[in-house]
Amino acid sequence: MCLAVPAQIIKIDEHNRNRALVDYRGIKRWAGIYLVPEASPGDYVIIHAGEAISLLEEKEAKKTLELWEEYHEPKKEE
Amino acid sequence: MSLKKKSNTSTSTSVSTTASSPWEKYENPEIAQKLIHYIKEKTAPGMKFMEVCGTHTTNISRYGLRRLLNEGPELVSGPGCPVCVTDPGDVENFLTLARQKNVVLTTFGDLLKIPGESGSLSTARACGADIRVVYSPSDAVQIAAENPGRETVFLGAGFETTTPAVLLALKEAIRLGLNNFSLYLLHKITTRAVHHLLETGGTSLNGFLLPGHVSAVTGRHAWDYISELFGLPAVVTGFALNDILWGIRCLSDLNSRNEAAVINGYQRVVKETGNTRAQELIKMYLEKKTSAWRGMGEIPASGLFLKEEYAFYDARHRFSLPPPGKISEPEGCLCGEILKGNRRPFDCKLFAKTCFPEEPAGPCMVSSEGACAAYYYYEKEA
Repeated sequence: MCLAVPAQIIKIDEHNRNRALVDYRGIKRWAGIYLVPEASPGDYVIIHAGEAISLLEEKEAKKTLELWEEYHEPKKEE
Repeated sequence: MSLKKKSNTSTSTSVSTTASSPWEKYENPEIAQKLIHYIKEKTAPGMKFMEVCGTHTTNISRYGLRRLLNEGPELVSGPGCPVCVTDPGDVENFLTLARQKNVVLTTFGDLLKIPGESGSLSTARACGADIRVVYSPSDAVQIAAENPGRETVFLGAGFETTTPAVLLALKEAIRLGLNNFSLYLLHKITTRAVHHLLETGGTSLNGFLLPGHVSAVTGRHAWDYISELFGLPAVVTGFALNDILWGIRCLSDLNSRNEAAVINGYQRVVKETGNTRAQELIKMYLEKKTSAWRGMGEIPASGLFLKEEYAFYDARHRFSLPPPGKISEPEGCLCGEILKGNRRPFDCKLFAKTCFPEEPAGPCMVSSEGACAAYYYYEKEA
């Protein structure tokens, strides 16, 4: 029910700043972006029920991956 | 948090997030194997962790994590499926509403098969009721605009994640001056349900995997009471395989260190204080009241209802629906105990004998995100 998926913003609607064309891994459709006023084209957002509920922070996404990898690295060196 | 410090202070190793699929690593099996090995080796015996999100319920079963973590911590599902906890009295009410000739009832697909005493929305639709599944609540506003002579109702069950999208639809309907649009809200507050679960006792939990998308709206801080009032650790957790394993690993470590803290394991999506605009919408249109959770009973301040000044848009008010009647659960159903993490779906005598996803007897089998349905589809009794 609280399933939400990442999508990339392609462009913001010129006539309605609360709407953007987004790309869900190749599928394009309009979604609401009222809840993420800071979003710009190129950003990834998390979309639930047709509305973006959060910006996907690429820096944090990379940090998480680094944390998982780093955490296990020393084991290999032991 | 020491866990976070670890990442900040260590020298960074290169991580190749392949350009083709930046999300691949979140499901990477090598990372998963290492996490599983660590969890099995380091988790103290007898640990029991609860998740409270239907997507976690489904993914834990689908990934086979209970089997992969055998002899590791026990994973149980709490009240994380909004359809499952919908009060049967409300189901009868919305079925009555759906059968009215001038009504177009719009909803998400997962409410269609929830059984009431007089059938389901699916059977009502087969008998001619105008019930339409929408992708977004804003689609319901469009249907209302296109059908000025009829009443369009959006029926929504959901937690904090879904509420803002419904309120944006309402905001748009008001802006357009639509007088034929209303909401039948069955929205509930997860943070209150977990609080109630801990407050009323009777559980033996060692920590929580917290719902990532609920937390995107509420913020991490909404869960601080778990550590502050109840002395338990919790981790806001994402939904990929390694997100979930990482959450479990953090709970194991926090328990080993005897540390009660609520940490954010889904920082790429969840902020400390959540989504301000979403919270403002909720404050503007809704108020908290006591709400009945199927399988758990009434929980104070756990339901979201339209404020008096928006009664015009409240389907309960507009169609003069009576307060939901009391309907008892089928004899032998263990959902109440399953939702508290005290029993497993396999312990229930009705499970897969008289209770199936196609014909559910109890709430945990109603939606594909319910614990019993997830076990039915993906798990075998050990």
